[in-house]
Amino acid sequence: MTTMNAMNAMNATNDDPQQETALPIKIAVRDLNFYYGKFLALKQISLDIPEHCVTAFIGPSGCGKSTLLRTFNRMYELYPEQRATGSITLDGENLLASTQDIALIRARIGMVFQKPTPFPMSIFDNIAFGVKLFENLSRIDMEERVEWALKKAALWDEVKDKLPQSGASLSGGQQQRLCIARGVAIKPEVLLLDEPCSALDPISTARIEELIAEIKKDYTVIIVTHNMQQAARCSDYTAYMYLGELMEFGETEQMFLKPVRQETEDYITGRFG
Amino acid sequence: MNDKHLSSQFDSDLNTVSSRLMEMGGLVEKQIQGAVTALSNFSVALINDVLDTEEKVDALEVEIDRALTTVVARRQPAARDLRLLLAISKITTNLERVGDEAYKISKRIKSIVESGDARKVPIGDLRVTFDLAASLIHRALDAFARLDVSSAVTIFKEDDLIDSEFKGFTRKLITYMMEDPHTISSSLDLLFIAKAVERIGDHAKNIAEFVIYIVQGTDVRHSRSRKTNSSSNEDEIT
Repeated sequence: MTTMNAMNAMNATNDDPQQETALPIKIAVRDLNFYYGKFLALKQISLDIPEHCVTAFIGPSGCGKSTLLRTFNRMYELYPEQRATGSITLDGENLLASTQDIALIRARIGMVFQKPTPFPMSIFDNIAFGVKLFENLSRIDMEERVEWALKKAALWDEVKDKLPQSGASLSGGQQQRLCIARGVAIKPEVLLLDEPCSALDPISTARIEELIAEIKKDYTVIIVTHNMQQAARCSDYTAYMYLGELMEFGETEQMFLKPVRQETEDYITGRFG
Repeated sequence: MNDKHLSSQFDSDLNTVSSRLMEMGGLVEKQIQGAVTALSNFSVALINDVLDTEEKVDALEVEIDRALTTVVARRQPAARDLRLLLAISKITTNLERVGDEAYKISKRIKSIVESGDARKVPIGDLRVTFDLAASLIHRALDAFARLDVSSAVTIFKEDDLIDSEFKGFTRKLITYMMEDPHTISSSLDLLFIAKAVERIGDHAKNIAEFVIYIVQGTDVRHSRSRKTNSSSNEDEIT
């Protein structure tokens, strides 16, 4: 290689922090501010979440990543002192200004929480409960839907012979997959996962990561995780947040090999603090 | 820039593996210097030193690779840590090959000395290029130690010079062989030495490329086929 060629190759580096993607955008966030009372927890967040991709949010505790996730399906509305300004557009509709029934929005944007939260009912009813709210299916169709959801969540083989048993009788990893099955059963367009593996052992974690890779074909997945290796393994795009600000957002490969901002690099290499 | 990890053990692991690489570089430089001096003095003792050092270089290559594997397995490095470890792995391979080239040069010098043709072939003409190649390896290792991109870039230019010197030297050797066929055997030995020197320059350039990769995250290898930008210049990079 000649000297000039080497120099030209170096100059070819893309240092643009806001990477453009050619993929269709599922959720567009613009100038989002979020308040807990008077405390500003999210500051002027703007980003595009691509469809049929896994987008991971990483950052230290208190950076606002879970808060941002909760704005996507207006979960914060359960608390009157919390409010959001700006816009979150899902397929062209601003969710923050929508007059649509909140339950219908949450049917389009499902959520799985950090701790497994099986309902105190049978495994079958855990799945069927949400479906019944939105669809009037015959018993056969409902059985098919439950089986489909459990297969999607890679849980069917383990529970097919004990569907009438309580959801709470399952192990932690199985309970979390049950919650994911419950989330996908109503066929949402977006699935929000808030640290879904933080309480799970490595085998259950691997199963859920496999599941995430599988379901992104049908859904747009957004995951909040403290585990950076998990973000690196299972996401297509990664956003790094700090003190309520979006510091950097880009392709996961780029973020973990050569992030644009020094702050991002310090965090993902363990130099932060 | 924050240079220290929250885990001081991680810093210690990275420092250890970098130090081992510099130690390996020191041994390889010693081999090259031994070969350079042997070429000037026809010293068989120095040649034997170069051959003996080869085993130590090979052992260090294995040791560094093992240390790298451990750090990767334990720490799951990312970003500049990952680039550093990948680059160390590649630089180790290049240094081991430089050691091999010094080994080959020494064996060829021994062959020329034993043939008694040392005064009949243009050995002296190779000295300057050999010194330059040795200096490039030294500067490439220095650029690695200081993560100095501007210094790495200057190595590319000088490797181009070694390449053109090699072509000129080859033409000269052909003339020698045509004029005096009795020197063909020693001239071929000298040709292999010249080729080994040229390869040492290439390895120095490879190491310089990895210094750029560590610092800038840019892979500048094999970029001959990429579109050139005539407005590029060294100042823009450094």
